[in-house]
Amino acid sequence: MYLVLFIFFAGLCVAGALNLLFQRHPINSALSLIVVMSSLAVLYLLLGAEFLAAAQVIVYAGAIMVLFTFVIMLLNAGKEELTHGSRAAYIVGVPGVAILVSVLSFIFLSARTHLAQARLGDYVVSTSDLSKVLFRDLLLPFEVTSILILIAILGAVALASKEH
Amino acid sequence: MVVPIAWYLVLSAILFSIGVGAFLIKRNIITVFMSIELMLNAVNLTFVAFAYQWHRVQGQIFVFFVMVVAAAEAAVGLALIIAIFRARSTLNVDQVNLMKL
Amino acid sequence: MNGNPSLHLWLIPLLPFAGFLVNGLLGRYLPQRVVTAIALFFTAAPLVKVAQIALSFGSLNLPYVERFDVPWMATSAFRADFAFLLDPLTLIMLLVVTGVGFLIHLYSAGYMAHEEGYWRYFAYLNLFMFFMLTLVLAENFLLMFVGWEGVGLASYLLIGFYLVRDSAADAGKKAFVLNRIGDFGFLIAMFLMIAHFGSLSYHQVFGAIVHHPEMQGGFLTAIALLLVLGATGKSAQIPLYVWLPDAMEGPTPVSALIHAATMVTAGIYMVVRSHALFDRSPFALGVIAIIGAATALFAATVGMVQTDIKRVLAYSTISQLGYMFLACGAAAYSAAIFHLVTHAFFKGLLFLAAGSVIHALGGEQDMRVMGGLRKTIPITFWTMSAGVFAISGLPPFSGFFSKDAILYQAFLSPTAGPILWFVGLVTALLTAFYMFRLWYLTFFGESRAPHGTHPHESPWVMLVPLILLAVLAVSGGWVGIPQALGGGDQFAHFLEPVVNVAAAPQAAAAGSENQERLFSGISVVMALIGVFLADLLYRRKPGMADTLVERARGVYQLLLNKYWIDQLYNAVLVAPLLFLSRYLLWGAIDRGVITGGTSIAAGGVRGLGALVQRVQSGNIRSYAGWLAVGAAAVILITYFGFSMHL
Repeated sequence: MYLVLFIFFAGLCVAGALNLLFQRHPINSALSLIVVMSSLAVLYLLLGAEFLAAAQVIVYAGAIMVLFTFVIMLLNAGKEELTHGSRAAYIVGVPGVAILVSVLSFIFLSARTHLAQARLGDYVVSTSDLSKVLFRDLLLPFEVTSILILIAILGAVALASKEH
Repeated sequence: MVVPIAWYLVLSAILFSIGVGAFLIKRNIITVFMSIELMLNAVNLTFVAFAYQWHRVQGQIFVFFVMVVAAAEAAVGLALIIAIFRARSTLNVDQVNLMKL
Repeated sequence: MNGNPSLHLWLIPLLPFAGFLVNGLLGRYLPQRVVTAIALFFTAAPLVKVAQIALSFGSLNLPYVERFDVPWMATSAFRADFAFLLDPLTLIMLLVVTGVGFLIHLYSAGYMAHEEGYWRYFAYLNLFMFFMLTLVLAENFLLMFVGWEGVGLASYLLIGFYLVRDSAADAGKKAFVLNRIGDFGFLIAMFLMIAHFGSLSYHQVFGAIVHHPEMQGGFLTAIALLLVLGATGKSAQIPLYVWLPDAMEGPTPVSALIHAATMVTAGIYMVVRSHALFDRSPFALGVIAIIGAATALFAATVGMVQTDIKRVLAYSTISQLGYMFLACGAAAYSAAIFHLVTHAFFKGLLFLAAGSVIHALGGEQDMRVMGGLRKTIPITFWTMSAGVFAISGLPPFSGFFSKDAILYQAFLSPTAGPILWFVGLVTALLTAFYMFRLWYLTFFGESRAPHGTHPHESPWVMLVPLILLAVLAVSGGWVGIPQALGGGDQFAHFLEPVVNVAAAPQAAAAGSENQERLFSGISVVMALIGVFLADLLYRRKPGMADTLVERARGVYQLLLNKYWIDQLYNAVLVAPLLFLSRYLLWGAIDRGVITGGTSIAAGGVRGLGALVQRVQSGNIRSYAGWLAVGAAAVILITYFGFSMHL
């Protein structure tokens, strides 16, 4: 059961990612990305990260992707033009990616025996566990990130506003 | 039934590579940005997997922070894209190439 | 050392060096009087010191060596020191160099008074004194070589003193290059000395030779011949003499000091100093004698037909140096030094007097437009006459005694003695002839100068040295009157400790006093014949000279053109060398290989840079591509690096 869930949602992730790659219109890519993120939320749940799964849906799929969608609609982005600005990207980039994925897979698969097996329910992190660490041991980074968000808001407003 | 953690890691590697590939191939700035988000998500998955592996909660906290930063980055980045669009009236990455020798 | 009080010999060369520094660095800004005072002071001071040493000479333990505590070079294989040596030979040379040097400095103050670059002249002259004194005082061959090269440098600077004249610059270069060829011989000789004796110190080299009577010929001959090469360069003998006539481009006092009295005698000094070496190599001595005799005759024949007063004196110098060489070749070392001293007096005098004549005529040097100057510049006339009589070997002037000593010793020498003597005798005749020719052409007869020239006597600054040198030219020989003629031969006795250390393996045949008197008589007769011929051709029957020239036109042309030797050297040596340098070394190697090589390297770098520049395209996607492959590379290296190391 667990395995079936994993395979299904993993497949959904990959499919969504590939769809992002192959679609020409950015809005389609954005929607595919939402699919990927939702699937990832399920996978987090399978790994016992309740809070993160919720945060993933709310923050990523619900806020960030919505923002993306707004911008796409605002700028009226259309189908992609097929310009060929760089050959280096294809010639060195694609082999690079191929090497990347193959090496990483190789590493992880060959270390398979050293790694654990995931079972549902073996390790569940409750929100209270998370918050205990967050608000006690890591209070300073937490506050800093809130300032970071504040700065980001100001930056975004400053950058995007029309000059008068 | 169990799922080896290694498979989660391989999945994240695949997602990451697809993200890099999309970064290389796509010409629309917004799509390129989305591929960056995809890469970040792949890394998040890796963190959660390792958090499970070693039964530590710090892995998940790191994901939390990554999410926060990604959100901030997305906001600022999109604002930048709007500014670029206003200046150059194009969303094609190949035409934003003035910083060259 | 030796229980002597320290004489501070180092002051002797360093005082003129100080003069060089002061005049060289500041002379440009100082008034002429101050420059003169500085130059004269730093030349008079060593003279005073030398005189002081000479007066107390009898009380010194000789040889006196002054060595500095800090060695110059000290390795396990070889050691050289800054060390000065004082012995009778050194003292004589010091007296000549400082004495005649000072007189010439004094003369120059008058002669060069209106010249551009006055301060430069005196700076170079003091520099020359420094190097010459170093050469003479040196206790080892290395320090001598420093002086040797230095005087060559000073000579170059002074010959080319008139910067704006191409001919002067060329003459300076010629002198320097020919000296260098000689220096090469000297250097190789020094290397051989180090190889065989392990040292360049006179004490060790000569000591080793003296204590090993079995050392004969072989490598000693090699060293000797190489030293001779050096000496022929410095002392203007065949084959390296051609620079001396050209060196007359320099100011006349320079010709007097450097090319008559001191620098050119350095070769002779070096041979005499190394006599222990030469005595063991009869072959080298023979070579020296032959070179000396040949050069003496050769130069005398060329000097007979020259029209420039300084050229005549230049060839005369070469000829007289040939006599000194001849004496060395006959192992008559004290006779060689004796002639060196008298020659310094009368040749220095002759050059300075010629300078006075040139000065009187406003720069004219061609004897064909001189004449009748006897009445207009009397003091110059009388002093120059003393020089002319001395060089012609007429008694009781100094030249007679020194030349005779040489001729007699040459006759007794084991290698072809009589032939050498005969050559010397003919040369004496020719010497008398051309000197009196010069005398008559310059001072007698009607003035052939163009209208409007008013010859005037030189200032006292120039006349005083002339007078002093004239006195020395007359009387200087009286310290060396041989016993055969009633004298005590104090000169040879004085030098005995130095020159008789290693007896020559073949003792010269002992002559008798009667024989000596006979030979003296013969040489006087020859000189008088020369005088008579000159008198005939240039005073009593002037037209006869021209008729003779007509009849023997081929010979005359040969002599006038110096046997075409300069042209020969040019064609055989200089031109091919220039061709080689210009086309092979400069054209092919310098421009082609070196410049071309660097151009290729530079071009390569430029090309590589252009290639790499294309990465900076401004295109985000290409950057991303490179990033991806870079990340892949990092992962690869890290993982496989780890797995290999672990």
